[in-house]
Amino acid sequence: MAAVTQAPPARPASAPARARRGRLPAWRWAILAVAGIYFLLPLYAALRFAGIKAYGSVFSRTGFTDALWLSVRLAIVTTLITLALMVPTTVYVHLRLPRLRRLLEGITILPIVIPPVVLIVGVLQVAPGSLKATPWLLALEYVILAMPFAYRAIDTGLRALDVKTLTEAAGSLGAGWGATLWRVILPNLRTAMLSATVLIIALVLGEFTMASLDLYETFPVWIVQFDQTDAATSVAASLGALFVTWIVLMLITWAGTRQARRTGGGEVTLFTVARTDTPTGS
Amino acid sequence: MATDATHDAAPARISGAAGQSPAPAAGAREGAAVSLRGLSRSFGQVRALDGMSLDIAPGELVALLGPSGCGKTTALRIVAGFEAADAGQVLISGKDVSGIPAARRDMGMVFQSYSLFPNMTALDNVAFGLRMRKVGGERRKQRAAELLELVGLAAQARQHPHQLSGGQQQRVALARALAIEPRVLLLDEPLSALDAQVRVQLREQIRALQQRLGTTTLFVTHDQEEALSMADRVGVMRAGRLEQVAEPPVLYSRPATAFVAEFVGTMNRVPGELAAGGARVTALGATVAAHDGHEAAPGPVDVLVRPEGLSVTAAGDGNAIVTARTFRGAVTRVTVLISGQAEARIDVPSAEAAAMPPGATVQVTLPAAPVLVAPRRAASDAPALA
Repeated sequence: MAAVTQAPPARPASAPARARRGRLPAWRWAILAVAGIYFLLPLYAALRFAGIKAYGSVFSRTGFTDALWLSVRLAIVTTLITLALMVPTTVYVHLRLPRLRRLLEGITILPIVIPPVVLIVGVLQVAPGSLKATPWLLALEYVILAMPFAYRAIDTGLRALDVKTLTEAAGSLGAGWGATLWRVILPNLRTAMLSATVLIIALVLGEFTMASLDLYETFPVWIVQFDQTDAATSVAASLGALFVTWIVLMLITWAGTRQARRTGGGEVTLFTVARTDTPTGS
Repeated sequence: MATDATHDAAPARISGAAGQSPAPAAGAREGAAVSLRGLSRSFGQVRALDGMSLDIAPGELVALLGPSGCGKTTALRIVAGFEAADAGQVLISGKDVSGIPAARRDMGMVFQSYSLFPNMTALDNVAFGLRMRKVGGERRKQRAAELLELVGLAAQARQHPHQLSGGQQQRVALARALAIEPRVLLLDEPLSALDAQVRVQLREQIRALQQRLGTTTLFVTHDQEEALSMADRVGVMRAGRLEQVAEPPVLYSRPATAFVAEFVGTMNRVPGELAAGGARVTALGATVAAHDGHEAAPGPVDVLVRPEGLSVTAAGDGNAIVTARTFRGAVTRVTVLISGQAEARIDVPSAEAAAMPPGATVQVTLPAAPVLVAPRRAASDAPALA
């Protein structure tokens, strides 16, 4: 899993920062080494455990394509719904209801505070049967789960902009609401929205609890099923998923950073962290 | 109130400015008359504007000057359409625009903070207003390029805002505001974030451009030097009202109220005695004429005199003691304590100031010309003496 932060533009400080990077003190190297071992050793162990052959067999296993395709579709739909809901809401709160920012921050943190098990059991009680019959119920649940990450990414992006002045400037030049949002605010939030997308994709591709309780075989659920019978394939699939997710996230980050450099906006930064609910074998 | 006292004296140079401009193609349009009528606006308990009225002639540049919180920015934002007035009207060319949203008011605005769109080049920023007005691609680009040339930034057309200095950004913002041929140009402290040197250059450039295009301009600032050097007329605001609107020299030499007198330039308060009838005042051992229109009652008053108005000579039996001396080039500012109670700052030719070291006894005298008189200020109101 990956976490993303959006760093505000810090051009004046960059020169000395670059100079400092050259001579990292020894204790920092030590911490880096310890952390590196902590993260990389299990991966290496998993690699050794699965063996090379297991990687080939992952693709031929029944349900692999269906499970992966379901997870990808869920990631896309969740991202679209989340951005469509959160961007206008956050922009509106920034512009018109700045006093509600605290409240919104509190609300958006709830999905982290409430365990997914509680959420899903509650949802299953009240969701209409027709919705329960489709995997899109899962997408709606993921929208809730993604809210804290999406809100924070977009909020940070908006803080780096002077939204009020930009909106007024656009208004004085004759732009209505639509044009202001489409031509001025959204282009400058591209980095923030990319950050949010990275987080949402990583979340959806790794989420196990809800999908499992909802009885849908997403990619993580599919992996865990093999855990009982064929541990080597399960581990190989997890490692493969980790690697592919990482590649996707790096690509998005790279694209975002390039864009940011051109327009002097914020920078998408990525640091990988392990998440407890990502089933990377057992 | 003295608001309208000098309002008919709108400068005559405007009429000639628009027509004979060397580059009338870019941004020139007959300036509109702007009229603010009894504007009031409250934010909660705070009355930001309290029945403010102001008339701006076509092509005129009026600066609103005042301390922070005096309501000058609120007034500008009401004209722009970003705020609605609780009461009162804004008339542009005689038409009430109160119901018209900002986007359709045709007003160019330059903001205090950098307001360029970070995702667009300088050229695209300038072209934005034209794009919103559906001006075609080629013509739009050409006009935007003309405007950039007008502010001297043709070479920076393809750069993004973060590659431009603060002064350049504000010039692009000015070009962007002028590109839509605004009926009114609104400047909200556009120079206050810039270095002193850039600020002086840019204010001359803005003024020259504004005169060349003949755009009616409302300029908000807290910097009196900026207001006095750029504006046709300056309106001094205090607590949501205009204290005085006048041409800069009038504002300086004939301030309507004690507030204006002390807010604009340096002003000394010398204790005096107003004679019955209120026409003559005695101070520093001399009796001179008082300007009419003052609010003081006969008896103890303060006489208001500029640093260059008082004269001082070295004299062993004088009425004041020099407390400080600051060399400023051609003149030296000498600070004196008069009769052990009132401090005054006096500008003296530097050659003469050599004879007045701190501690020396000097004779301070009033000018022969009429002076301003204000009610005696209680000791507790007075700023702390050095």
